[in-house]
Amino acid sequence: MIDVIIIGAGVVGALTSRELAKYSLKVLVLDKENDVGNETTMANSAIIHSGYDPLPGTLKARFNVAGNAMFDDLADELDFHFGRVGSLTTALSEEQIPVLLNLRKQARLNGVEVELLTPEEALAMEPHLNPEVKGALFAETCGIVDPFNMTAHAMENAVDNGVELHLNEAVTAIEENAADQTFIVTTSKNSYHCKVVINCAGVYADQMAAMVGQPDFSIRPRKGEYLILDHYTAELVNSTIFPLPSEKGKGVLVSPTTSGNYIIGPSSEFVDEKDDLATDKPTIDKVKKSALDLVPSIPFNETIRAFAGLRASSSRGDFIVEEMKGHEHFINVAGIDSPGLASSPAIAKYVVEELVAKHLPLNKNPNFNPRIKPYINLKALSFEEKNELIRENPRLGQIICNCEKISLGELDDLMSRSIPPRTIKAVKKRTRAGFGKCQGGFCQPTIVKYLADFYKVDLTDVLYDKGGSNIIRCSTKECKL
Amino acid sequence: MIARDLVIIGGGSAGMAAAIAAYDEGLTDILIVEKGRQLGGILNQCIHHGFGIEEFKEQLTGPEFMSRLAVEVKKRNIDVRFQSNVLDLTKSKVVTYSNAAEGIVKVQAKAVIMATGCYERSAGAIQIPGERPSGIITAGTAQLYLNEMGALVGKRVFILGSGDIGLIMARRLTLEGASVLGVSEIMPYSNGLNHNMVQCLHDFDIPLYLSHTVTKTYGKSRLEKIEISQVDEKFNPIPGTEKEFEVDTLLLSIGLIPSNDLLKKLGLPVSKSRGAIVDEHYMTDIPGIFSTGNVLHVHDLADYVAAESRSCGKGAAAYVQGKWNLDSPSFNVIPGKNLLYVVPHRVRLANLDEHLTIKFRVSKPLQNQVLTFTFNGEVIKKIIKPFIIPSEMQKVRLPKELFNAQDGELVISSEDRP
Repeated sequence: MIDVIIIGAGVVGALTSRELAKYSLKVLVLDKENDVGNETTMANSAIIHSGYDPLPGTLKARFNVAGNAMFDDLADELDFHFGRVGSLTTALSEEQIPVLLNLRKQARLNGVEVELLTPEEALAMEPHLNPEVKGALFAETCGIVDPFNMTAHAMENAVDNGVELHLNEAVTAIEENAADQTFIVTTSKNSYHCKVVINCAGVYADQMAAMVGQPDFSIRPRKGEYLILDHYTAELVNSTIFPLPSEKGKGVLVSPTTSGNYIIGPSSEFVDEKDDLATDKPTIDKVKKSALDLVPSIPFNETIRAFAGLRASSSRGDFIVEEMKGHEHFINVAGIDSPGLASSPAIAKYVVEELVAKHLPLNKNPNFNPRIKPYINLKALSFEEKNELIRENPRLGQIICNCEKISLGELDDLMSRSIPPRTIKAVKKRTRAGFGKCQGGFCQPTIVKYLADFYKVDLTDVLYDKGGSNIIRCSTKECKL
Repeated sequence: MIARDLVIIGGGSAGMAAAIAAYDEGLTDILIVEKGRQLGGILNQCIHHGFGIEEFKEQLTGPEFMSRLAVEVKKRNIDVRFQSNVLDLTKSKVVTYSNAAEGIVKVQAKAVIMATGCYERSAGAIQIPGERPSGIITAGTAQLYLNEMGALVGKRVFILGSGDIGLIMARRLTLEGASVLGVSEIMPYSNGLNHNMVQCLHDFDIPLYLSHTVTKTYGKSRLEKIEISQVDEKFNPIPGTEKEFEVDTLLLSIGLIPSNDLLKKLGLPVSKSRGAIVDEHYMTDIPGIFSTGNVLHVHDLADYVAAESRSCGKGAAAYVQGKWNLDSPSFNVIPGKNLLYVVPHRVRLANLDEHLTIKFRVSKPLQNQVLTFTFNGEVIKKIIKPFIIPSEMQKVRLPKELFNAQDGELVISSEDRP
């Protein structure tokens, strides 16, 4: 029998499975997608918030502050890009100053160090900030992260430590055996018997809970639309710039990313469909306008991508991290909207150490290795070190993505690991090949061919992303309408 | 560090033509760094005809055109590094490139020619509405799949933008059995060359919707349907003009952008054509660093790229050979009324042989125009143009004698004919 089944291989599911891998438990992670972190985890601001914003006393405040503090070690162990760039929350009128002061008070209650800056100090720190700025709250611990590799590496490390991962398996039914409090989890492919279920199903968490009983929450996705600027854009901001928060969220931010791009967004509107990822011109125009209030000189002609993501907002307004009432072996980790990414390591630790521990013995796994096999990062090496590596493996010298300078050897390395990507989008998320100014225009055919060769399938079988997203329809001379 | 007289980044028509010209001027220590497996760049996938009329006085396909140049490169034993990618270029002309055989190599050049071509504007750049299904793809990428890999990206196709690659792909896809339902162009006029409009759309009964753009896309995994709408003069969609097309593919032919990453990293200014600011031999503000071909400004024809790059190659040779007087006075060339951009931006008459070749585009289609060249306040040349359109690059040769001073400014404008 399986000890724990985790539904969802997003950032929370991946980190929770890694936390469980520290103990001698049989763990299975199920995800309906063909890649890890392919929903909410994939499309967000990629900010590790400092934690001054959530209301004191909430789970959001608690996990955000605790989670933020865990990132230095986590990024080191799991080898993903993370940087504490700091954040500036800006007041653009005198009337907004009391709001800033209130945020400072809240920061103190949450245990977050912040500093109130004068307009001169703020502009010295961020010369491109709106010169009308009246004051700003500086939070030094705010960071930026690569959410794709944070999740993929956490999952890879979990798998390397014995966790099993089944992608392309949607959970279709969950049956509880009241006598011994175990579950039969049925998927699109199989069924599994387990002792504990952890529901990390993001926007679908309420639907998963409803398979077990009557959930006392619902998830209503709130869509955010974003823009990405090319990394060759002249320097714009050094830290994450926020407006004042509102009831709709933290507002449209302007921030550098870990890859040197700039991210601008998000909008914030409730949507009815749980897979509505469409962008639209009126919303994008609004995002641009709001961003220009913060940083008037944003060169939007350097935009290379627009995208939308869904926040898994719960009807309770706070995170839900608890045993389901009357079904204590079913643990809901739901409503993980912002600051979910920042909170995720702390949530994972709490779920395992406080909730799973009630039901299963936590005996240390003596073979647990917290460190992932280091990824090749040519950019971080000296000229001589790079050449030494290329002499050993010439494919590291052969660039396949011109914009992002990704080598064939790096792709080989990725494919040799425990969760090799299966789609163009998965390759893109892990390596950045296709993330540049040409958006895969030049490198995508090379990668399609590579994946077809690697998996020994036809070119027509290579997917861009989800099932049905094949790039090639047929070979020439075969086109029948 | 290896030393070279001239390093050329890119072995397409620009890089090859520049190399041949520099070599023939006596500068033989040349290295071409090419990212592909062969010379020719994008011409390798351009299997249609339409190349060579200017350069070779005959109709050639892209691969034929490029092999004519490649043969000349080979004859001269010019060094080429294939599958080699330039990682860095410094102001002191150190080129760093990477490949499998040599690893990362630094070359100290006396002169560098950037001949890196251009890339296609993507769906992200225009923030196309809807989700991110497969089937929304740039025309050139679809052309690569089709002509180099024998793979068809779609069966029912609509094309956004009337750029030449889109038009050529409309014909190409039709010949392969796909159904091309139409082309929409947001401007009230076509952006493609006239012969492509006729031979690729008209001859195949493919409708062109001017002043129309894509306002919605449907489909989550694969594109299923698009909606186009007519736009007003401010490019805002007009409600009630929507038309839907059930397609699995939307090809984008919405513009080419010079691949100027290296230029941006050097902190050099970018012109209105999104290329470098250059002088009469296509040298940038950094002495010894040149830019030519589509990385300088996007050309209509590979023939024009080759001609420009020959001049650039000669210039680079003269620079290395110390034949130039860099301190001689110069005048600026300014785009005036109705001009989108002009190349070059600055001219030292002392370094010109006989003619100054000026290239420019107008910003909108115009009728009954007089192209007017005004040097330091005095009109030195007028050319009457009954029709002039942005998609046709204008090329004008001005004899050196027309200029009665070495400095000042030359303003070019397109005026209504009285």
